[in-house]
Amino acid sequence: MSTDLELGAPGVAATFDLAAAWTLHPQVAVRPERFGALLYHFGTRTLSFLKSPQLLSVVQQLADQPSARAACLAAGIAPADLPAYQQALTRLADSDMIQPRKPAASST
Amino acid sequence: MSATLPLVEQFQYGLDAPICLTWELTYACNLACVHCLSSSGRRDPDELSTAECKAVIDELERMQVFYVNIGGGEPTVRPDFWELLDYAGQHHVGVKFSTNGIKIDQRAARRLAANDYVDVQLSLDGATAEVNDAVRGAGSYDTALRAMTNLAEAGFTGFKISVVITRHNVSQLDEFKQLADRFDAQLRLTRLRPAGRGADTWSELHPSQAQQRQLYDWLVGHGEQVLTGDSFFHLAAFDGNALPGLNLCGAGRVVCLIDPVGDVYACPFAIHENFLAGNVRAEGGFSQVWRGSELFAELRRPQTGGACNSCSAFDACRGGCMAAKFFTGLPLDGPDPECVKGHGERALAGLDQAASPKPSLDHSHRGRAAVPLTIGRRAPGTISPPPDVRPPVSACAQSPLAGLTS
Amino acid sequence: MTADPAIALPVPDSAAPVGNPAEEPLTEDLLVEEVSIDGMCGVY
Repeated sequence: MSTDLELGAPGVAATFDLAAAWTLHPQVAVRPERFGALLYHFGTRTLSFLKSPQLLSVVQQLADQPSARAACLAAGIAPADLPAYQQALTRLADSDMIQPRKPAASST
Repeated sequence: MSATLPLVEQFQYGLDAPICLTWELTYACNLACVHCLSSSGRRDPDELSTAECKAVIDELERMQVFYVNIGGGEPTVRPDFWELLDYAGQHHVGVKFSTNGIKIDQRAARRLAANDYVDVQLSLDGATAEVNDAVRGAGSYDTALRAMTNLAEAGFTGFKISVVITRHNVSQLDEFKQLADRFDAQLRLTRLRPAGRGADTWSELHPSQAQQRQLYDWLVGHGEQVLTGDSFFHLAAFDGNALPGLNLCGAGRVVCLIDPVGDVYACPFAIHENFLAGNVRAEGGFSQVWRGSELFAELRRPQTGGACNSCSAFDACRGGCMAAKFFTGLPLDGPDPECVKGHGERALAGLDQAASPKPSLDHSHRGRAAVPLTIGRRAPGTISPPPDVRPPVSACAQSPLAGLTS
Repeated sequence: MTADPAIALPVPDSAAPVGNPAEEPLTEDLLVEEVSIDGMCGVY
């Protein structure tokens, strides 16, 4: 169950919950490219350029990993770079490219 | 971890597929607009068949092209238009089609409203019939308004009203916005290029420097509410502030044109043999042209600014529009004809416009004047150029495309 | 599972030049760029 915490830091929107489970929006098409990937949302008609192959890897693993943080680590993101990827994931959530994933039937 | 390259440098490596592209389905059209970029009117006898069109859609699906902008001519006059629209949707290719509204009756509007994968773009070049019909022909304003009314009544909101900015309609920007708001539609303003029949009328129709400034300020004020198809990135040189969009020429890099006979051009505003990359009917189809064309490989290499390199505004304007330069006879590695600093105007002053490259094709209606001829007339005493004149090549040309023969 | 504490992030410096040796962290401006499908020149 994701909890969106208010950040309050200037210029930063509501934080992206790295501990939550996320997934691609079903109306989004992903097209890998040399620089990373293109994401196109058929509902909102928005195009997102992912300018890092690692960010693509994170996005591709979101649905299979228990949390976004786990997806980042599985994609080889160094802990020092997590804030940048968290901001990137915030952008993708804001534009509806990714959405919270419903929890599995059994919960801890 | 290193910083990433700006997008304009990423594209030199090429995309496996265009992000979106323009596909002109037919050269046939019920209208005869004076500035038509594709010189449309009469169907070409060799246009792609329904089966060939479906094969193109299949390829676009395989290449994962997200969106195709269907136009013409008037695409809805093709009898298989609706069939192709449905086929594209079934094959995961989004469609936006550009129309003058002639076939958008109530039944068509309801059919469109029920389709999640189609966008409609209505062409209109005046907020009043007087201004619009002077360019698009008597009755065309009424046709467009009728289509808009039908769409709105069918519950289709968010359709686009697309305007080509001319010196005669730039005073109507607020009225265009009100019209769009009235129908819960989205306003789109685009740039007039000297392409197709626009080559003949550009000097009379293109906005003045003062009007460009007016337009730029208005666009900045309206932000993302008003679309531009990224066609005004040359205006970023005014204040150094870019408008929303990629702000670079997409020709052969992120977009291209498929014409009604299957020819692939770098851009719909550059229908000329110098920008012809191949044909979808050839071995390997469209994907082979997109990935293997020498012309596209050339366009994807980072372009030097040439004569514009030393200008402080170059980073913002990127040298402007390739098609606009080409069809006004300017070298591609120099200023845009509408350069906001006036460099283009100065360069044009030394040129004989009659010697400019002419569009390679002309499907215009013959012997029919749908719009007053006064707008289309050349200056008296102008000599018609020979058919295959080449564009002048600047003595300082650095662009590999300078003087290129197909 | 404990929730991640909210991380206070610096406001991204959009003036950071390309190619700057990364002493400063990567900013989100560089990783994700959004464009409307209408925002590319060469379609009508």
